[in-house]
Amino acid sequence: MNIEKVIFSFFIVLALTLNFGFFLGEFDNPEHHNVYELFAVVIVNLIATVLKFGERTQMGAVLLATSLVASLQLIAAVLVWTFVVHVDNSGLTPTAIGTIVSLSGGALVANIISVVLLVIDISVQRR
Amino acid sequence: MKNTALFIILRRMRVPLLALIASYAVSMLGLVLIPGIEVDGRPQYLSFFHAFYIMTYTATTTGFGELPVPFSDAQRLWVTISLYISVVAWLYAIGALIMMLRDQALRQLIDLNRFAAQVKRLNEPFYIVCGYGDTGSVVGRSMIDCNMGAVAIDKNQDRLNELMLENLPVHVPHLCGDASLPSNLISAGLNHPQCRGVLALCEDDLVNLRIAITCRLLSPGLSVICRAQSHDTEANMHSFGTDAVINPFDTFADRLALALHSPDMHLIYEWLTGIPDAPLPERLHPPHGTWVVCGYGRFGKAVQRYLEFEGVPMVIVESDPEKTEAPKNVIIGRGTEAVTLRAANIEKAVGIVAGTDDDANNLSIIVTARELNSKLFLVARQNDNENDAVFQAARLDLVMQRARAISRRILAIITAPLLTDFLRLMRHQKTEWAQGLIEYMRPLLGGVTPVLWTVAITEEETPAVEKSLQTGVNLSMSLLLLDPHDRDQRLQAMALMMKRGKEEHLLPEDDMELKPGDKILFCGCKGMAALQHRTLFSPNVVHYLVSGETIPDGTIWRWFAHRGG
Repeated sequence: MNIEKVIFSFFIVLALTLNFGFFLGEFDNPEHHNVYELFAVVIVNLIATVLKFGERTQMGAVLLATSLVASLQLIAAVLVWTFVVHVDNSGLTPTAIGTIVSLSGGALVANIISVVLLVIDISVQRR
Repeated sequence: MKNTALFIILRRMRVPLLALIASYAVSMLGLVLIPGIEVDGRPQYLSFFHAFYIMTYTATTTGFGELPVPFSDAQRLWVTISLYISVVAWLYAIGALIMMLRDQALRQLIDLNRFAAQVKRLNEPFYIVCGYGDTGSVVGRSMIDCNMGAVAIDKNQDRLNELMLENLPVHVPHLCGDASLPSNLISAGLNHPQCRGVLALCEDDLVNLRIAITCRLLSPGLSVICRAQSHDTEANMHSFGTDAVINPFDTFADRLALALHSPDMHLIYEWLTGIPDAPLPERLHPPHGTWVVCGYGRFGKAVQRYLEFEGVPMVIVESDPEKTEAPKNVIIGRGTEAVTLRAANIEKAVGIVAGTDDDANNLSIIVTARELNSKLFLVARQNDNENDAVFQAARLDLVMQRARAISRRILAIITAPLLTDFLRLMRHQKTEWAQGLIEYMRPLLGGVTPVLWTVAITEEETPAVEKSLQTGVNLSMSLLLLDPHDRDQRLQAMALMMKRGKEEHLLPEDDMELKPGDKILFCGCKGMAALQHRTLFSPNVVHYLVSGETIPDGTIWRWFAHRGG
């Protein structure tokens, strides 16, 4: 057992589950999308990204890339949230929350790819 | 690898960056959750954006006052705590970066402690690999493929960095240090209950010798396998009971002689000792006649000794006959010029061995010789792994590469102890026997080198077979070679040898009876060992293979079968 891989797998799967949790719900209903969950997703995604720093293998590089994509999408979602609430003062309108959720949906796809790659990587190695 | 430094810096910055992320996450979460001053009877909460803003100026100790509104005391308390946490995290991150670039001694100490702790935690059999160079890395990787652990020690940090970035499926603890120091060997697990042995593969013979002595004295039960380049050291190592001393030059010269003596035996040798799952090597056809050996160093001497034993006439070319104590009739010269080769009668020779310790010279010898006589059988010594591409392009018949020659033998000793016995017995067989074996094996293997494994009929290793034997059922060898899913099909595998006490049976017949305590060496395609495993462990499978009946598995199915029957 490689402890490094256990920790990474934990964070990448946690990123996916939290991401899914935030994404779940009525698309343009702010009530269904919790700000704390978004915060947790961003943090866990950043950790998963940093954990892949300095990996030289092909699989490691691709996993780093997918994590980076997810992090960027989520940071974009956070920026939109911050903008509408604090700068624009228009509040979480259905349009705004729609944008945020669709950005997090993009991150969700990237996270799903990460987990699929992880599963492939595990099944290719013999133990 | 050019990017290695960047990768290492990124890798080492992981923990500091994680500390930063964690400190920000905790601080921000606290700020968002702690109530602020009440306005209109309701406490005001900070949003994540404001929390991030406050943390940004707090953590960098810019200090910006209490914004956007004055804080409650609870918030002030938390901001104070956050300030310390985040400043420490920042200092740590920056400090780590600087320390990484400057402090070597401390790192070494930390590495040693961590290494010892990792070794202590190992709970699978492992070998200590001293010297993780070309040979060590090949052996280490193959050992892990064979479900065996490894611990590496090397003086050179670069090689260990390569190991770290190799991303092996299991973690290989590694230490940068002198492997001949007893303290390092002890940290590497010399006294660990799971340690199976030590491989001394350093470049320097003296270092290997010291490792062997240390192991013998500190942990007499361990098997020690050494690499030796001179016969002096070899004899010395043998003198205090080193289990196997491998001299790459002798090993290779022996192979060459075997190829000349019996190409079929050599082919079987190559198949069985190759790295598993590689393309099956083809048969060599070394011609009989006079050979030219260039370079009378350690390699040249070994080749001469083995070829002489086979009765092969030869001409030796050496540039410095006095230093190498060459015989009188030697041709003086490097062999890279046509003049010298002509003097050695290259036109009449059938083969040439370019065996100097300089790769460029060896290639030059080969090219010159080929121009003079296009029918030559070309053998060259490759000293440096980096030159792989050139040697491949030279289209040689045989390349002597130290790392490869040693790693194969070591793997055979470690992973399939019976193989050494098999190969020894095989040499006493006739050529027809070898040809028959090749004919039998070729379709079985399907074009790739086989995997070898050993099965011992014991309570722990083969519970199902052992149990059947105890109830008085007679089981034959063929049982282990049937497909557990369909007993009309045979596995793509064969038994090479069976050892019962002192008795040794080459290629045991299908109807040979199994007895407790038997040890059997199998070879076959990848995956066959796993299939055979089912037979060894499941009494139901054994019953099915013997009688053809399927016993339902599990209570419910058994109940159904009972009702139906």
